[in-house]
Amino acid sequence: MLDTAKAAGIIRAIAARMEAEKDFLTQLDNEIGDGDHGINLERGFKAVLEKLPEWENSDIGAMLKGVGMQLVSHVGGASGPLYGTAFMKAGNVLKGKNEASAADFAAAMEAAIGGIKMRGKSEMGEKTMLDALCPAYKALAEAVDGGAELKEALEKAVAAAKEGVEYTKTIIATKGRASYLGERSLGHQDPGATSSLYMLEEMVKCL
Amino acid sequence: MVGIVIVSHSEKLAAGVVEIARMMAPDAPLAAAGGLEDGELGTSYARISAAVEEVYSEDGVAVLMDMGSAVMTTEIVVEDMEDKKVMMLDCPLVEGAVLAAVESTGGITLEELAVKIKEAYNVRKFPE
Repeated sequence: MLDTAKAAGIIRAIAARMEAEKDFLTQLDNEIGDGDHGINLERGFKAVLEKLPEWENSDIGAMLKGVGMQLVSHVGGASGPLYGTAFMKAGNVLKGKNEASAADFAAAMEAAIGGIKMRGKSEMGEKTMLDALCPAYKALAEAVDGGAELKEALEKAVAAAKEGVEYTKTIIATKGRASYLGERSLGHQDPGATSSLYMLEEMVKCL
Repeated sequence: MVGIVIVSHSEKLAAGVVEIARMMAPDAPLAAAGGLEDGELGTSYARISAAVEEVYSEDGVAVLMDMGSAVMTTEIVVEDMEDKKVMMLDCPLVEGAVLAAVESTGGITLEELAVKIKEAYNVRKFPE
């Protein structure tokens, strides 16, 4: 079960993780992209933290929507509209809820991924965050359907996301700035898939 | 006149494209939305919204973008302005901006411009 206080804790943990991994994510992005992923996410989540206290007395949906809007407004790179849309879509699903069950969480994650696909006009296999998130969602949904608690289901999701990040090393980027590199993107792990994995890892830790 | 907004990751590029378009059409309502609010590289929701407001009239606004987050961030701005007449146009940025500025001062409608802008793809630097 996820409540508003836990959700706020997760957001804080994600913000701290993005700050800690800023240089590594930027280094990954330097290799195949425009080298701003870590810097952008750190800036975006810093802006989120400034507003977080305002949302702590509201419901989970309103909080996630606020997070999404801050990311859209402050990230500056593609991860802003992508993660921003994801959080806003998840917020819509959890609107008015002060507690979210594992099934609620799965529905929110499904909507978030739908938002990323819509905004990025992208699918799995294009060396993007979707290559971590789609298998993660699949593992989570299966676990939830099998009666698993949220933490256990998210542990499965993290394992699948890790494999997804490894998978991005084996494919050529066809979306985003990395697509300009074509075959030279092979062998590199996708920064977006990596930051998605970190977010899921922080969720597990906080539950 | 149709307003024109140039969105780019770079403050300088957006300002430069507006500058070039103004050479041909000094009276066209053009606004640049380049870079982040601190001038760093990136695209800013706030700057794009403000630029659309700046050149907005009932004739509407055409938004021309460079790539990636410029397109996605503009998309969110346009979705949030659903009561306003704003269109994102897909074209080579410089050629499209010049074409749009000239046509705007010539009195084109936004809908006509959305079709006409496709000609910017056919502007060749050399004869084939």
